[in-house]
Amino acid sequence: MRRTQVQARLNGADVDFLCEPRQSLLEILRDELGLTGTKEGCSNGNCGACSVMLNGRLVNACCVLAVETDGADILTIEGVADGDQLHPLQQAFLEEAALQCGICTPGFIIAAKALLEREPDATEERIRYWLAGNLCRCTGYDKIVKAVQRAGVQMKGSAS
Amino acid sequence: MEAFEYVAPRTLADAYSLLGNGRRVAALAGGTDLIVQLREARRSCDLVLDLKRIPELRVVTIAADGSLQVGAAAPLADVYEIPEVRRRWPALVDAASIIGGTAVQGRASLGGNLCNASPAADSPPALMVMGARLRIGSAAGTRELPVGEFFAGPGQNTLLPGELLLEVIVPPMPAHSAAFYHRFIPRNEMDIAVASAGAWLQVGSDGTIEGARIAIGAVAPTPLMVPAAAQALHGRKAGAEAFALAAQEAASAARPITDMRGSAAQRRHLVGVLARRALERAHQRATEGR
Repeated sequence: MRRTQVQARLNGADVDFLCEPRQSLLEILRDELGLTGTKEGCSNGNCGACSVMLNGRLVNACCVLAVETDGADILTIEGVADGDQLHPLQQAFLEEAALQCGICTPGFIIAAKALLEREPDATEERIRYWLAGNLCRCTGYDKIVKAVQRAGVQMKGSAS
Repeated sequence: MEAFEYVAPRTLADAYSLLGNGRRVAALAGGTDLIVQLREARRSCDLVLDLKRIPELRVVTIAADGSLQVGAAAPLADVYEIPEVRRRWPALVDAASIIGGTAVQGRASLGGNLCNASPAADSPPALMVMGARLRIGSAAGTRELPVGEFFAGPGQNTLLPGELLLEVIVPPMPAHSAAFYHRFIPRNEMDIAVASAGAWLQVGSDGTIEGARIAIGAVAPTPLMVPAAAQALHGRKAGAEAFALAAQEAASAARPITDMRGSAAQRRHLVGVLARRALERAHQRATEGR
């Protein structure tokens, strides 16, 4: 199959790649561009391990064709920290021990960041519903929710 | 995944010209059903026709006549985040905000939810009770039909070859009327309806029901309107007695199957309960502030 050229913004930089129409954004991120922070879980839109931001919307990269992203703005977990400075969510996940195996973590951080940037005061219930599309088989979610709440407080503090 | 071609036309005319020609074409909006179906080889096609670059299919507007017009490829979140939509068509928000999780709602469209024609889809019962219509287009022109006439069976819609679903048109809710939609699932989020029900009620100032519509989902090969339930309500006082009669009609109209999500008997029972509670909630909304 002929490969198509796609140009997009990825984590703040221009990126240029070739893909087959059938290749998902997840596949291209991991196998073509070497960004393996975005994980493959279910590959059917249920687990959220491949959460990325696409044009300001939280999406599952397994349910996006890479060819669709021509001209798009994409953010993956690799673009979340500011150099060596962890994002408040990343710091909070460490401090609250909100991960065990770590496969779901990048997806949770991307999804939680999307929420807190819109709703810094999100309640526990709101956080749990927003993150319902992100599955974790290790932690039981409690520490994840606590970490998100903690990061929310911190992000609000640094914003004001 | 099997190989296919991909085109993202910028105009409807270009999109129509790509339909037919003996090729199997799959229209792509959010892809949360289509891409998974292609990957799992439950569906195959020669060409994926991405509709998202056609501006009119992405637009959500409130028209001069007060109706809500939703471009078939607009993401659900683009619809339910509009404050005016939340205020005037809350039953649409009931449905759109429980289709998948957040990441699905940023991509999935009403048009896709309808075209995918799952018997358990959340948007159809809500749209049906609100009296929504669909605008369908082809190179030959456009036609409209009530959303309830769009479904032919599980996974089957009534689009003809060469046609595309363009727009969902939700009329303004008349005074003293409101709709509500909900479903039963064994968890709190991210699941597919075991059974579902939508209700719309118009209530006079003395509490008499002047108009009613009930639709049920996941209990038949297609979402179903239940005219007998509406008839049972008409002219009665809104309240437990009338709602129980309508709920009975909803349960009798169901033609459920037994599968991994629930048994036929459980679904029939559930859909009655859901219909009754949907009526209670629609009634609450219709009479708020009285």
